[in-house]
Amino acid sequence: MQLDSLYQEVILDHYKNPMNKKLSPTYSKEVHHVNPSCGDEITLNVTVEGDLITNISWDGVGCSISQASTSIMSDLLIGKKIDEDFAILENFTELMQSKGTKSGDEEILEDAVALAGVSQFPARIKCALLGWMAFKDATSQALSETEAKG
Amino acid sequence: MLDVASIKKDFPILSKKMRNDGKLIYLDSGATSQKPNIVLEAERRFYSEHNAAVHRGAHLLAEEASEAYEGARATVAKFIGADVEEVVFTKSATESINLIAYSFGNSLPGSRFALQPGDRIVLSEMEHHANLIPWQQLAKRTGAEITWFPVTDQGRLDLSDIDSIISTKTKIVAITHQSNVLGTINPLEALVKRTHDVGAVFVLDACQSVPHFAVDVKKLGIDFLAFSGHKALGPTGVGIFWGKFEHLQSMEPFLTGGSMIESVTMTDATWAPAPRKFEAGVPNMAQAVGLAAALDYLTEIGMDKVEAHEHALTKYALEKFSTLRDVSIIGPTNTQMRGGVISFTIEGIHPHDAGQVLDQHGIAVRTGHHCAWPLMRKMHVVGTTRASFYIYNDTSDIDALIDGIEYAQKYFKV
Repeated sequence: MQLDSLYQEVILDHYKNPMNKKLSPTYSKEVHHVNPSCGDEITLNVTVEGDLITNISWDGVGCSISQASTSIMSDLLIGKKIDEDFAILENFTELMQSKGTKSGDEEILEDAVALAGVSQFPARIKCALLGWMAFKDATSQALSETEAKG
Repeated sequence: MLDVASIKKDFPILSKKMRNDGKLIYLDSGATSQKPNIVLEAERRFYSEHNAAVHRGAHLLAEEASEAYEGARATVAKFIGADVEEVVFTKSATESINLIAYSFGNSLPGSRFALQPGDRIVLSEMEHHANLIPWQQLAKRTGAEITWFPVTDQGRLDLSDIDSIISTKTKIVAITHQSNVLGTINPLEALVKRTHDVGAVFVLDACQSVPHFAVDVKKLGIDFLAFSGHKALGPTGVGIFWGKFEHLQSMEPFLTGGSMIESVTMTDATWAPAPRKFEAGVPNMAQAVGLAAALDYLTEIGMDKVEAHEHALTKYALEKFSTLRDVSIIGPTNTQMRGGVISFTIEGIHPHDAGQVLDQHGIAVRTGHHCAWPLMRKMHVVGTTRASFYIYNDTSDIDALIDGIEYAQKYFKV
């Protein structure tokens, strides 16, 4: 396995110029996640309006894979319906667990297919999923709070 | 320097082909050491020739197994300058420290080991989680308080307030001999003296010292010590807990069950004398025997030579590191009271990414917080990349590391 299959140019671009990496002061729910094996941390918030994700913003420290993946995720998921975002998240998770057997559907995942190589490096899968799991958690919490309020 | 080429031949894993058919450059002995053939063979021989449950059974194998296991205890005792009945086999150094903490927690009121609200446990900011969390938990269970020695920017213990940090309220002082992150070797004399002046006990985390230089528990004057077998060329699954015999006699057991008893009724039991009081269940016999083989191997080389070798490697590495651009060492940059562990950060490259690039070149390093999260915060880093040396490393390994770091800087264009 070569390094270039892991560190694609698009990943390094997102790492150096991450998108939505500035916490919005207004949001529906904010979460803080850590990767206990390497100490990486992320704070992420989502804004939910009806059945739409209207904003995702985040801040944190982490490796190029976790930072790029979160940047790509936020860009990809903002402005879509929650159901659609959860389907994309599912698709991405499957790609990460594919051990190199899948290259990813560019129609669905767009820039996130650049992370396909991560699935061949078991120690890095958690890095790639850190931001996505924070999004899932924040959105789920926002939805259950909305439901609770009725 | 040691004859590394000949030592390497004793370690089968060091001839493993890595990615792209490259050779292995193992710089992660601080996490776990590799094992020489003699250790693998000792474990194998135990299973193939002597395997039986120790201290029970009236047959020849049980006798041989008991002899091998008790022989291993004697080897460990000699290695650290202890009496044989002071050495307890555990599954890990982590278990050893938990043993002390739980035993103290089980102490009856009036025992010198019993803690009360307001009592203090003194640690340092450079402790591994294994010598931090068991004490935090003990404090929570007893109402005792945790206080600690800070670490200076140079990665040394700040002992300037020793008399107020170790006070008459202090019951336990638990500190590492050598930091697994900084490489700092802590000066123990004043610490042990002050600890005893206030009537407290001194616990030494010796995971990073016993494998790397001669440690004599009697000369150090400490009360308890813990180290792990797998960092000292031995197998995984075996650790050592050492305590002064007078302490072991009056301490409560941690794990209870078979082997550790003197007499049992349906409602009560009494304990076997130490060390067996602390060894419930059929022990890790093959691993104990493997550890003894490892310590014999180190003794044959000579711990003074091991220390000198690592000292020379560390000096060489620190000089090489000082020529690198945008690389900072987290820890002392001189070789005084310093072991062969070098943590560093590279400007613009996260440790995990640095480790990945080094791995591509067959260089095995540790990345992250090294189970010392409070120290990371203190040193203002999220994590570091860490290279740690042992008897099978030579200067070519350090050259490869330096080249690897420069390659990573080119690769990530920083």
